Amino acid sequence: MEFLRPASWEEALAAKAEHPSAVPIAGGTDVMVEINFDHRRPTHLMDLNRVPELHEWEVGDGTVRLGASVSYSKIIDELAPVLPGLALASHTVGSPQIRNRGSVGGNLGAASPAGDSHPALLAAGAEVEVESVRGIRSIPVEDFYTGVKRNALAEDELIKWVHIRKADGPQQFSKVGTRNAMVIAVCAFGIALHPGTRTVQTGVGSAAPTPLRARAAEDFLNAALEDGGFWDNGRTIPPSVAREFAQLCSGACNPIDDVRGSATYRRRAVGVMARRTLGWIWESYRAGGNGRTTEGGARCA
Amino acid sequence: MRVTFTVNGRRHEADDVWEGESLLYVLRERMGLPGSKNACEQGECGSCTVRLDGESVCACLVAAGQAEGREVVTVEGLAEYARERDGSAPAGGSGDLAPVQQAFIDAGAVQCGFCTPGLLVAADELIERNPQPSDADIREALSGNLCRCTGYEKIMDAVRLAAARADDSAQEVV
Repeated sequence: MEFLRPASWEEALAAKAEHPSAVPIAGGTDVMVEINFDHRRPTHLMDLNRVPELHEWEVGDGTVRLGASVSYSKIIDELAPVLPGLALASHTVGSPQIRNRGSVGGNLGAASPAGDSHPALLAAGAEVEVESVRGIRSIPVEDFYTGVKRNALAEDELIKWVHIRKADGPQQFSKVGTRNAMVIAVCAFGIALHPGTRTVQTGVGSAAPTPLRARAAEDFLNAALEDGGFWDNGRTIPPSVAREFAQLCSGACNPIDDVRGSATYRRRAVGVMARRTLGWIWESYRAGGNGRTTEGGARCA
Repeated sequence: MRVTFTVNGRRHEADDVWEGESLLYVLRERMGLPGSKNACEQGECGSCTVRLDGESVCACLVAAGQAEGREVVTVEGLAEYARERDGSAPAGGSGDLAPVQQAFIDAGAVQCGFCTPGLLVAADELIERNPQPSDADIREALSGNLCRCTGYEKIMDAVRLAAARADDSAQEVV
Protein backbone atom coordinates (compact mmCIF):
# COMPACT_ATOMS: atom_id res chain seq x y z
CA MET A 1 0.00 0.00 0.00
CA GLU A 2 1.16 3.51 -0.73
CA PHE A 3 0.21 6.56 1.29
CA LEU A 4 -0.44 9.66 -0.81
CA ARG A 5 -0.45 13.03 0.89
CA PRO A 6 -1.47 15.75 -1.58
CA ALA A 7 -0.99 19.25 -0.18
CA SER A 8 -3.37 20.92 -2.61
CA TRP A 9 -6.52 20.18 -4.57
CA GLU A 10 -4.57 20.13 -7.85
CA GLU A 11 -2.14 17.61 -6.42
CA ALA A 12 -5.03 15.46 -5.24
CA LEU A 13 -6.64 15.47 -8.70
CA ALA A 14 -3.33 14.61 -10.34
CA ALA A 15 -2.74 11.76 -7.89
CA LYS A 16 -6.25 10.39 -8.45
CA ALA A 17 -5.73 10.53 -12.22
CA GLU A 18 -2.44 8.70 -11.90
CA HIS A 19 -3.78 6.15 -9.41
CA PRO A 20 -7.49 5.66 -10.09
CA SER A 21 -7.68 2.86 -7.52
CA ALA A 22 -6.50 5.22 -4.75
CA VAL A 23 -9.01 5.35 -1.91
CA PRO A 24 -9.54 8.88 -0.61
CA ILE A 25 -9.56 9.14 3.18
CA ALA A 26 -10.71 12.20 5.10
CA GLY A 27 -12.23 11.47 8.54
CA GLY A 28 -11.51 7.77 8.18
CA THR A 29 -14.71 6.76 9.95
CA ASP A 30 -15.65 4.39 7.11
CA VAL A 31 -12.37 3.69 5.34
CA MET A 32 -10.37 2.83 8.46
CA VAL A 33 -13.01 0.38 9.64
CA GLU A 34 -12.70 -1.48 6.37
CA ILE A 35 -8.90 -1.50 6.60
CA ASN A 36 -8.86 -2.48 10.28
CA PHE A 37 -11.10 -5.45 9.52
CA ASP A 38 -9.18 -6.44 6.42
CA HIS A 39 -12.22 -5.86 4.23
CA ARG A 40 -10.27 -3.57 2.00
CA ARG A 41 -6.64 -3.40 0.89
CA PRO A 42 -6.36 -0.45 -1.46
CA THR A 43 -3.19 -0.04 -3.49
CA HIS A 44 -3.11 3.61 -2.44
CA LEU A 45 -4.59 5.52 0.44
CA MET A 46 -4.94 9.23 -0.29
CA ASP A 47 -5.16 11.55 2.71
CA LEU A 48 -7.32 14.57 1.88
CA ASN A 49 -6.94 16.25 5.27
CA ARG A 50 -4.23 18.56 3.99
CA VAL A 51 -6.32 20.05 1.18
CA PRO A 52 -7.45 23.32 2.75
CA GLU A 53 -10.53 24.13 0.68
CA LEU A 54 -12.18 20.82 1.53
CA HIS A 55 -12.53 22.08 5.11
CA GLU A 56 -14.09 25.40 4.08
CA TRP A 57 -17.64 26.55 3.54
CA GLU A 58 -19.30 29.65 2.20
CA VAL A 59 -22.83 30.84 2.81
CA GLY A 60 -24.05 32.44 -0.41
CA ASP A 61 -27.34 34.07 -1.40
CA GLY A 62 -29.27 30.93 -2.20
CA THR A 63 -26.95 28.08 -1.38
CA VAL A 64 -24.25 26.98 0.99
CA ARG A 65 -21.05 25.75 -0.60
CA LEU A 66 -19.87 23.04 1.76
CA GLY A 67 -16.36 21.60 1.50
CA ALA A 68 -16.43 17.82 1.24
CA SER A 69 -14.41 17.33 4.45
CA VAL A 70 -16.24 19.81 6.72
CA SER A 71 -16.99 17.80 9.85
CA TYR A 72 -20.47 17.13 11.16
CA SER A 73 -19.46 18.97 14.36
CA LYS A 74 -18.76 22.11 12.33
CA ILE A 75 -22.08 21.79 10.49
CA ILE A 76 -23.92 21.54 13.83
CA ASP A 77 -22.02 24.46 15.39
CA GLU A 78 -21.80 26.81 12.42
CA LEU A 79 -24.47 26.04 9.85
CA ALA A 80 -27.64 25.09 11.74
CA PRO A 81 -29.41 28.41 10.97
CA VAL A 82 -29.01 27.98 7.20
CA LEU A 83 -29.01 24.19 6.95
CA PRO A 84 -31.32 23.12 9.79
CA GLY A 85 -32.22 19.73 8.33
CA LEU A 86 -28.61 18.78 7.71
CA ALA A 87 -27.63 20.02 11.18
CA LEU A 88 -30.30 17.81 12.75
CA ALA A 89 -29.15 14.83 10.71
CA SER A 90 -25.52 15.57 11.58
CA HIS A 91 -26.40 15.50 15.25
CA THR A 92 -27.56 11.89 14.92
CA VAL A 93 -24.27 10.73 13.43
CA GLY A 94 -22.29 8.37 15.67
CA SER A 95 -20.77 10.11 18.68
CA PRO A 96 -18.85 13.35 19.29
CA GLN A 97 -15.63 11.58 18.28
CA ILE A 98 -17.18 10.44 14.99
CA ARG A 99 -18.82 13.81 14.31
CA ASN A 100 -15.43 15.51 14.75
CA ARG A 101 -14.07 13.46 11.84
CA GLY A 102 -16.94 12.38 9.61
CA SER A 103 -18.14 14.60 6.78
CA VAL A 104 -20.84 14.90 4.13
CA GLY A 105 -18.24 14.25 1.44
CA GLY A 106 -17.46 10.96 3.14
CA ASN A 107 -21.14 10.07 3.38
CA LEU A 108 -21.51 10.72 -0.36
CA GLY A 109 -18.32 8.86 -1.21
CA ALA A 110 -19.41 5.81 0.77
CA ALA A 111 -22.96 6.13 -0.63
CA SER A 112 -24.39 3.80 1.97
CA PRO A 113 -28.19 3.88 1.80
CA ALA A 114 -28.07 4.40 5.57
CA GLY A 115 -25.88 7.53 5.48
CA ASP A 116 -27.47 10.11 7.76
CA SER A 117 -26.88 13.18 5.64
CA HIS A 118 -28.62 11.85 2.50
CA PRO A 119 -32.26 12.44 3.51
CA ALA A 120 -31.42 15.99 4.58
CA LEU A 121 -29.60 16.74 1.31
CA LEU A 122 -32.47 15.32 -0.73
CA ALA A 123 -35.08 17.32 1.17
CA ALA A 124 -33.16 20.60 1.07
CA GLY A 125 -32.02 20.22 -2.52
CA ALA A 126 -28.32 19.82 -3.29
CA GLU A 127 -25.79 19.40 -6.05
CA VAL A 128 -22.53 17.53 -5.72
CA GLU A 129 -19.60 19.22 -7.44
CA VAL A 130 -17.01 16.67 -8.50
CA GLU A 131 -13.78 17.26 -10.30
CA SER A 132 -11.02 15.42 -12.12
CA VAL A 133 -8.11 16.55 -14.24
CA ARG A 134 -10.62 16.33 -17.12
CA GLY A 135 -12.92 18.94 -15.66
CA ILE A 136 -15.78 19.73 -13.28
CA ARG A 137 -19.24 18.15 -13.12
CA SER A 138 -22.20 19.19 -11.02
CA ILE A 139 -24.51 16.29 -10.18
CA PRO A 140 -27.95 16.71 -8.58
CA VAL A 141 -27.83 14.70 -5.38
CA GLU A 142 -30.82 12.60 -6.54
CA ASP A 143 -28.68 11.33 -9.39
CA PHE A 144 -25.54 10.87 -7.34
CA TYR A 145 -26.68 7.65 -5.66
CA THR A 146 -26.62 4.85 -8.22
CA GLY A 147 -26.86 1.71 -6.08
CA VAL A 148 -25.99 0.20 -2.71
CA LYS A 149 -22.68 1.85 -1.84
CA ARG A 150 -22.36 3.06 -5.42
CA ASN A 151 -22.27 6.60 -6.67
CA ALA A 152 -21.88 8.55 -9.89
CA LEU A 153 -18.18 9.28 -9.42
CA ALA A 154 -15.85 8.29 -12.24
CA GLU A 155 -12.69 6.58 -11.05
CA ASP A 156 -10.55 9.69 -11.48
CA GLU A 157 -13.02 12.05 -9.82
CA LEU A 158 -13.12 13.47 -6.31
CA ILE A 159 -15.93 15.25 -4.48
CA LYS A 160 -15.01 18.87 -3.83
CA TRP A 161 -18.08 20.82 -2.81
CA VAL A 162 -21.68 20.09 -1.96
CA HIS A 163 -23.94 23.00 -2.90
CA ILE A 164 -26.97 22.88 -0.64
CA ARG A 165 -29.98 25.14 -0.92
CA LYS A 166 -30.31 27.38 2.11
CA ALA A 167 -33.47 26.73 4.10
CA ASP A 168 -36.34 28.99 3.09
CA GLY A 169 -38.71 27.28 5.49
CA PRO A 170 -38.86 24.71 8.28
CA GLN A 171 -36.96 21.44 7.93
CA GLN A 172 -36.98 18.25 9.96
CA PHE A 173 -35.10 15.00 10.21
CA SER A 174 -36.05 11.80 11.95
CA LYS A 175 -34.20 8.53 12.38
CA VAL A 176 -35.11 5.17 13.86
CA GLY A 177 -32.52 3.28 15.88
CA THR A 178 -32.09 1.39 19.12
CA ARG A 179 -30.49 4.31 20.95
CA ASN A 180 -29.80 7.98 20.23
CA ALA A 181 -26.04 7.67 19.75
CA MET A 182 -23.87 5.30 17.75
CA VAL A 183 -26.70 4.01 15.63
CA ILE A 184 -26.79 3.10 11.97
CA ALA A 185 -30.24 4.15 10.84
CA VAL A 186 -32.85 1.41 10.65
CA CYS A 187 -34.51 3.99 8.45
CA ALA A 188 -34.56 7.78 8.32
CA PHE A 189 -36.65 10.58 6.89
CA GLY A 190 -35.93 14.19 6.00
CA ILE A 191 -38.47 16.81 5.01
CA ALA A 192 -38.24 20.46 4.00
CA LEU A 193 -40.91 23.05 3.32
CA HIS A 194 -40.02 25.45 0.54
CA PRO A 195 -42.53 28.29 0.89
CA GLY A 196 -40.77 30.25 -1.85
CA THR A 197 -41.81 27.69 -4.45
CA ARG A 198 -44.72 26.35 -2.39
CA THR A 199 -43.33 22.86 -2.48
CA VAL A 200 -42.42 20.13 -0.04
CA GLN A 201 -39.37 17.96 -0.56
CA THR A 202 -38.55 14.65 1.10
CA GLY A 203 -35.63 12.31 1.59
CA VAL A 204 -35.90 8.66 2.61
CA GLY A 205 -32.87 6.87 4.01
CA SER A 206 -32.05 3.22 4.63
CA ALA A 207 -35.29 1.97 3.11
CA ALA A 208 -34.23 1.23 -0.47
CA PRO A 209 -30.99 0.41 -2.32
CA THR A 210 -30.31 4.14 -2.51
CA PRO A 211 -31.50 7.18 -0.61
CA LEU A 212 -34.43 8.64 -2.53
CA ARG A 213 -37.12 11.27 -2.68
CA ALA A 214 -40.71 10.11 -2.24
CA ARG A 215 -41.80 11.87 -5.42
CA ALA A 216 -45.40 10.64 -5.52
CA ALA A 217 -45.85 11.73 -1.91
CA GLU A 218 -44.38 15.15 -2.69
CA ASP A 219 -46.62 15.59 -5.74
CA PHE A 220 -49.70 14.57 -3.79
CA LEU A 221 -48.91 16.91 -0.89
CA ASN A 222 -47.99 19.83 -3.15
CA ALA A 223 -51.33 19.52 -4.94
CA ALA A 224 -53.28 19.08 -1.70
CA LEU A 225 -51.67 22.14 -0.11
CA GLU A 226 -52.27 24.22 -3.23
CA ASP A 227 -55.87 23.09 -3.76
CA GLY A 228 -56.78 23.72 -0.14
CA GLY A 229 -55.11 27.13 -0.09
CA PHE A 230 -53.09 25.99 2.92
CA TRP A 231 -50.04 28.11 2.11
CA ASP A 232 -52.22 31.22 2.47
CA ASN A 233 -54.80 30.27 5.06
CA GLY A 234 -52.26 28.49 7.28
CA ARG A 235 -54.80 25.91 8.40
CA THR A 236 -53.82 22.63 9.97
CA ILE A 237 -53.27 19.87 7.46
CA PRO A 238 -56.25 17.48 7.66
CA PRO A 239 -55.42 14.02 9.04
CA SER A 240 -56.62 12.41 5.81
CA VAL A 241 -54.02 14.36 3.82
CA ALA A 242 -51.25 13.54 6.31
CA ARG A 243 -52.27 9.88 6.22
CA GLU A 244 -52.18 9.71 2.44
CA PHE A 245 -48.80 11.48 2.41
CA ALA A 246 -47.48 8.94 4.93
CA GLN A 247 -48.77 6.02 2.88
CA LEU A 248 -47.19 7.35 -0.28
CA CYS A 249 -43.87 7.77 1.56
CA SER A 250 -44.11 4.16 2.73
CA GLY A 251 -44.88 3.18 -0.82
CA ALA A 252 -41.72 4.85 -2.09
CA CYS A 253 -39.64 2.44 0.00
CA ASN A 254 -38.08 -0.70 -1.37
CA PRO A 255 -36.49 -2.05 1.78
CA ILE A 256 -34.87 -5.32 2.74
CA ASP A 257 -34.97 -7.48 5.85
CA ASP A 258 -31.70 -7.32 7.73
CA VAL A 259 -30.29 -7.43 11.25
CA ARG A 260 -31.42 -3.88 11.94
CA GLY A 261 -35.04 -4.31 10.96
CA SER A 262 -37.52 -5.98 8.66
CA ALA A 263 -38.74 -4.54 5.37
CA THR A 264 -42.27 -4.37 6.77
CA TYR A 265 -41.10 -2.44 9.81
CA ARG A 266 -39.06 -0.01 7.72
CA ARG A 267 -41.96 0.71 5.39
CA ARG A 268 -44.24 1.38 8.32
CA ALA A 269 -41.70 3.44 10.26
CA VAL A 270 -41.02 5.68 7.26
CA GLY A 271 -44.74 6.41 7.06
CA VAL A 272 -44.88 7.24 10.76
CA MET A 273 -41.85 9.54 10.50
CA ALA A 274 -43.31 11.20 7.40
CA ARG A 275 -46.59 11.99 9.16
CA ARG A 276 -44.91 13.24 12.34
CA THR A 277 -42.26 15.37 10.68
CA LEU A 278 -44.86 16.88 8.34
CA GLY A 279 -46.87 17.83 11.41
CA TRP A 280 -43.82 19.43 13.04
CA ILE A 281 -42.74 21.51 10.08
CA TRP A 282 -46.27 22.58 9.23
CA GLU A 283 -46.80 23.74 12.83
CA SER A 284 -43.54 25.71 12.57
CA TYR A 285 -44.73 27.26 9.34
CA ARG A 286 -48.10 28.19 10.82
CA ALA A 287 -46.42 29.57 13.93
CA GLY A 288 -45.18 32.20 11.58
CA GLY A 289 -41.79 32.29 11.10
CA ASN A 290 -39.73 30.35 8.79
CA GLY A 291 -39.66 27.87 11.61
CA ARG A 292 -36.00 27.22 11.27
CA THR A 293 -35.05 24.56 13.68
CA THR A 294 -32.23 25.28 16.02
CA GLU A 295 -29.35 22.97 16.58
CA GLY A 296 -29.86 20.18 19.01
CA GLY A 297 -33.60 20.11 18.69
CA ALA A 298 -33.82 16.58 17.32
CA ARG A 299 -37.04 15.21 18.62
CA CYS A 300 -37.63 11.57 19.28
CA ALA A 301 -39.60 10.01 16.48
CA MET B 1 6.90 4.70 5.97
CA ARG B 2 8.11 6.97 8.70
CA VAL B 3 5.68 9.07 10.72
CA THR B 4 6.56 11.94 13.01
CA PHE B 5 4.16 13.78 15.27
CA THR B 6 3.91 15.28 18.72
CA VAL B 7 2.49 13.19 21.52
CA ASN B 8 1.91 14.78 24.91
CA GLY B 9 4.23 17.65 24.05
CA ARG B 10 7.10 15.46 22.85
CA ARG B 11 8.14 14.71 19.31
CA HIS B 12 7.75 11.03 18.47
CA GLU B 13 8.90 9.16 15.44
CA ALA B 14 8.12 5.69 14.17
CA ASP B 15 9.70 3.79 11.30
CA ASP B 16 8.42 0.96 9.12
CA VAL B 17 4.84 1.97 9.73
CA TRP B 18 2.46 0.13 7.40
CA GLU B 19 0.43 2.62 5.33
CA GLY B 20 -2.89 1.22 6.54
CA GLU B 21 -1.91 1.31 10.19
CA SER B 22 -4.00 3.30 12.64
CA LEU B 23 -2.79 6.03 14.94
CA LEU B 24 -3.89 3.79 17.81
CA TYR B 25 -1.59 0.96 16.72
CA VAL B 26 1.36 3.32 16.36
CA LEU B 27 0.76 4.81 19.80
CA ARG B 28 0.41 1.45 21.52
CA GLU B 29 2.78 -0.80 19.64
CA ARG B 30 5.46 1.54 18.34
CA MET B 31 5.61 4.43 20.79
CA GLY B 32 5.14 2.58 24.05
CA LEU B 33 1.93 4.38 24.97
CA PRO B 34 -0.61 1.65 25.73
CA GLY B 35 -2.93 3.91 27.75
CA SER B 36 -5.33 4.33 24.83
CA LYS B 37 -7.13 1.02 24.66
CA ASN B 38 -7.75 -1.14 21.63
CA ALA B 39 -11.14 -2.81 21.58
CA CYS B 40 -13.60 -2.45 18.73
CA GLU B 41 -11.36 -0.96 16.01
CA GLN B 42 -14.44 0.63 14.44
CA GLY B 43 -15.11 3.76 16.47
CA GLU B 44 -17.97 2.20 18.42
CA CYS B 45 -16.49 2.00 21.91
CA GLY B 46 -14.45 5.17 22.46
CA SER B 47 -11.78 3.39 24.50
CA CYS B 48 -9.07 4.74 22.16
CA THR B 49 -10.22 8.38 22.43
CA VAL B 50 -7.34 10.86 22.10
CA ARG B 51 -7.08 14.55 21.24
CA LEU B 52 -5.86 15.23 17.71
CA ASP B 53 -5.05 18.92 17.31
CA GLY B 54 -7.43 19.47 20.23
CA GLU B 55 -10.37 17.45 18.95
CA SER B 56 -11.60 14.24 20.53
CA VAL B 57 -11.23 11.45 18.02
CA CYS B 58 -11.08 7.68 17.95
CA ALA B 59 -7.40 6.90 17.36
CA CYS B 60 -8.39 3.61 15.69
CA LEU B 61 -10.02 5.57 12.84
CA VAL B 62 -7.12 7.92 12.14
CA ALA B 63 -4.58 6.57 9.67
CA ALA B 64 -1.12 6.95 11.16
CA GLY B 65 0.01 8.99 8.16
CA GLN B 66 -2.81 11.46 8.79
CA ALA B 67 -1.26 12.33 12.17
CA GLU B 68 1.99 13.44 10.51
CA GLY B 69 3.05 16.77 12.02
CA ARG B 70 0.00 16.96 14.28
CA GLU B 71 -0.40 17.24 18.05
CA VAL B 72 -1.77 14.24 19.90
CA VAL B 73 -2.71 14.09 23.58
CA THR B 74 -3.29 10.68 25.14
CA VAL B 75 -4.38 9.71 28.64
CA GLU B 76 -0.68 9.42 29.58
CA GLY B 77 -0.30 13.17 29.01
CA LEU B 78 -3.67 14.26 30.37
CA ALA B 79 -2.37 15.46 33.75
CA GLU B 80 0.31 17.62 32.16
CA TYR B 81 -2.10 18.87 29.53
CA ALA B 82 -4.57 19.88 32.26
CA ARG B 83 -1.82 21.50 34.31
CA GLU B 84 -0.72 23.67 31.42
CA ARG B 85 -4.27 24.60 30.58
CA ASP B 86 -5.61 25.21 34.09
CA GLY B 87 -2.52 26.61 35.78
CA SER B 88 -0.13 25.03 38.21
CA ALA B 89 -2.65 23.92 40.82
CA PRO B 90 -5.69 22.61 39.01
CA ALA B 91 -8.82 22.02 41.04
CA GLY B 92 -9.01 18.60 42.58
CA GLY B 93 -5.84 17.47 40.91
CA SER B 94 -3.22 16.00 43.16
CA GLY B 95 0.30 15.34 42.10
CA ASP B 96 0.37 13.43 38.88
CA LEU B 97 -3.34 13.33 38.21
CA ALA B 98 -5.58 15.62 36.20
CA PRO B 99 -8.67 16.85 38.06
CA VAL B 100 -10.88 14.58 36.02
CA GLN B 101 -8.71 11.59 36.92
CA GLN B 102 -8.89 12.42 40.62
CA ALA B 103 -12.64 12.81 40.34
CA PHE B 104 -12.98 9.35 38.76
CA ILE B 105 -11.09 7.87 41.72
CA ASP B 106 -13.02 9.85 44.32
CA ALA B 107 -16.38 8.99 42.78
CA GLY B 108 -15.54 5.30 42.37
CA ALA B 109 -15.99 5.55 38.62
CA VAL B 110 -13.33 2.97 37.79
CA GLN B 111 -14.29 -0.70 37.73
CA CYS B 112 -12.32 -2.92 35.37
CA GLY B 113 -10.71 0.24 34.04
CA PHE B 114 -10.65 -0.63 30.37
CA CYS B 115 -12.96 2.18 29.25
CA THR B 116 -11.46 4.67 31.71
CA PRO B 117 -8.71 6.21 29.53
CA GLY B 118 -11.12 7.03 26.73
CA LEU B 119 -13.68 8.38 29.16
CA LEU B 120 -11.08 10.55 30.88
CA VAL B 121 -9.99 12.15 27.61
CA ALA B 122 -13.61 12.69 26.51
CA ALA B 123 -14.69 14.04 29.91
CA ASP B 124 -11.71 16.37 30.15
CA GLU B 125 -12.50 17.76 26.70
CA LEU B 126 -16.13 18.31 27.72
CA ILE B 127 -15.22 20.31 30.84
CA GLU B 128 -12.65 22.31 28.87
CA ARG B 129 -15.33 23.26 26.33
CA ASN B 130 -18.27 23.49 28.71
CA PRO B 131 -17.21 24.11 32.32
CA GLN B 132 -20.73 23.70 33.70
CA PRO B 133 -22.25 20.83 31.75
CA SER B 134 -25.80 19.69 32.36
CA ASP B 135 -26.48 15.98 32.77
CA ALA B 136 -27.70 15.94 29.18
CA ASP B 137 -24.43 17.55 28.07
CA ILE B 138 -22.44 14.91 29.94
CA ARG B 139 -24.48 12.07 28.48
CA GLU B 140 -24.05 13.38 24.99
CA ALA B 141 -20.33 14.02 25.40
CA LEU B 142 -19.78 10.48 26.65
CA SER B 143 -22.25 8.82 24.27
CA GLY B 144 -19.40 7.42 22.19
CA ASN B 145 -17.71 5.71 25.15
CA LEU B 146 -18.95 2.31 26.25
CA CYS B 147 -18.44 0.90 29.76
CA ARG B 148 -19.27 -2.81 29.73
CA CYS B 149 -19.12 -2.96 33.52
CA THR B 150 -22.05 -0.55 33.03
CA GLY B 151 -20.76 1.80 35.70
CA TYR B 152 -22.36 4.81 34.09
CA GLU B 153 -23.92 6.35 37.20
CA LYS B 154 -20.56 6.63 38.96
CA ILE B 155 -19.02 7.96 35.76
CA MET B 156 -21.72 10.65 35.66
CA ASP B 157 -20.97 11.42 39.32
CA ALA B 158 -17.26 11.75 38.54
CA VAL B 159 -17.79 14.20 35.69
CA ARG B 160 -20.21 16.26 37.79
CA LEU B 161 -17.62 16.28 40.58
CA ALA B 162 -14.78 17.34 38.29
CA ALA B 163 -16.90 20.13 36.83
CA ALA B 164 -18.02 21.32 40.27
CA ARG B 165 -14.45 21.39 41.55
CA ALA B 166 -13.27 23.31 38.49
CA ASP B 167 -16.10 25.77 39.00
CA ASP B 168 -15.27 26.23 42.72
CA SER B 169 -11.64 26.86 41.94
CA ALA B 170 -12.53 29.33 39.20
CA GLN B 171 -14.64 31.26 41.71
CA GLU B 172 -11.78 31.29 44.22
CA VAL B 173 -9.51 32.78 41.59
CA VAL B 174 -12.08 35.52 40.94
